[in-house]
Amino acid sequence: MLRLLLLLCLAALPLRAEEVVLGLSADEVAITATFDGSELLVFGAVKREAPIADEPLEVIVTIAGPSVPLTVRRKEKKLGIWVNTDAVDVKEAPSFYAVATTGPLKEVLAQIEDLRHRISIPKAIRLVGASPHVKSPQSFSEAVIRIRKKNRSYQLLEGAVALDQQTLFRTSIQLPSNLTEGDYATRIFLTRRGYVVSQFETTIDVRKVGVERWLFNLSRQQPMIYGLMSLAIAIAAGWGAAAAFQMLRRG
Amino acid sequence: MQIYLPIAEVSVNAFLLLGLGGLVGILSGMFGVGGGFLMTPLLFFIGIPPAVAVATEANQIVASSFSGVLAHFRRKTVDLRMGTVLLIGGLAGAALGVVVFNYLKSLGQVDLLVKLCYVVFLGIIGAMMFIESLNAIRNTRSGRAPKRKKHNWIHGLPLKMRFRTSGLYISVIPPLIVGVLVGILAAIMGVGGGFIMVPAMIYLLGMPTKVVVGTSLFQIIFVTAFTTMLHATTNYTVDVALAVLLLIGGVVGAQVGTRIGTRLPAEQLRILLAVMVLAVCFKLALDLLIMPSELYSIGTGGGH
Repeated sequence: MLRLLLLLCLAALPLRAEEVVLGLSADEVAITATFDGSELLVFGAVKREAPIADEPLEVIVTIAGPSVPLTVRRKEKKLGIWVNTDAVDVKEAPSFYAVATTGPLKEVLAQIEDLRHRISIPKAIRLVGASPHVKSPQSFSEAVIRIRKKNRSYQLLEGAVALDQQTLFRTSIQLPSNLTEGDYATRIFLTRRGYVVSQFETTIDVRKVGVERWLFNLSRQQPMIYGLMSLAIAIAAGWGAAAAFQMLRRG
Repeated sequence: MQIYLPIAEVSVNAFLLLGLGGLVGILSGMFGVGGGFLMTPLLFFIGIPPAVAVATEANQIVASSFSGVLAHFRRKTVDLRMGTVLLIGGLAGAALGVVVFNYLKSLGQVDLLVKLCYVVFLGIIGAMMFIESLNAIRNTRSGRAPKRKKHNWIHGLPLKMRFRTSGLYISVIPPLIVGVLVGILAAIMGVGGGFIMVPAMIYLLGMPTKVVVGTSLFQIIFVTAFTTMLHATTNYTVDVALAVLLLIGGVVGAQVGTRIGTRLPAEQLRILLAVMVLAVCFKLALDLLIMPSELYSIGTGGGH
């Protein structure tokens, strides 16, 4: 029994031969009233017991926002006007997704490893089986990527990770201003010849704080009071402006 | 200065919102329209999620209408009695409209219907007002006295009521019907309904233009307050931070607009409103006819 355990440990050892020691500029992102995006610094070192192997080491960093289901619609010309016709449900698409690598993704990551770990942007999106009459369902997930890449919600940053002496790595990822709340899964992969030799996972907490937090909670927990408060503000502002202008005219 | 909106979950420029609010507020004070039919597409354009834009817009209209109506009260250009009758019809219509809206939603294609509604109604109303005001201006130029209001079938209906401020003695049935119809359309199209109400009051009920603006604002306050509460309690989509930024500009704009409005002759006021309505209609029609640059759109999940 003990031998078997020892054998298992030995077998598992090559996987653990290189380990990531990670640092983050912040493991919490606070969304305040004046939040305007944030730069996240991801840095770390590779801890190893054995000497450095001959093949060059590559590093991949991914950050994924919370996943939400989506409905993607396609427009078609019908009777002279453009209308939504086909719709496909996307089961899971992260609200934010960034992949930073030391080199071109095709070279640092083998296809099979991408399938297993879901690293590249297209692999991060899961379609629901589209109904058979929808033409080319794949184009719908491509559309999601295209639209979100355009507003910087999805980022592919090839060559953005700097790696020194195969040991120290760092990269910075720009978080956009339209960030949603949630746990942002951060993954670091070390690859050799496209194969993952080690991986590390942590989460970054993105939360509203202060006034933002208070208003959001109130709107969900006390919607009646929140609604009445909104109306009271509106009425007060309307009255205030009218009174101020009246004074201006007299004075 | 960037401000992160807690409900919309986007960051936007505060001064941009103040400016937008001010611009729409001026129009609101001048014409007695809430301005929702202009503001909502503008908010979509700067990246506010549609559901939040529609709900928050309702809240902002409450503020600018209230500010505008106070100025009209001082000038005694609000027909409270007519406003109340229209409001009763309007609330009933709005409740009916929500039922119709949900039914259409279950059939799908509700977006298209809303847009077609906009194009058709804006087109008809805008063209009618434009031609009518043009004729009125030509008549006053050539020195002919404007025709006295015709005595038509509307005056034969029962339940007559005297609307002193408007100088009308008509049955309450036509205003009630106008209120209901506008309420239905307002609920379907997600606006206060001022741009339909104003022409309806002028052309169907024969009210004087000066009274129409204040009276329309008066009833819009209640309809949009009702809508705000509905959205806040069912969809949680009212963003109070967005509303505050919009309404600061809006209330100031409404005051300015009311003053501009009282200086302009009624015909010119109407022709300006007609041009604006036609411009929005034209823009929406173009969107339907021209191939969009992005054929795909992302919506929230769960049913379609």
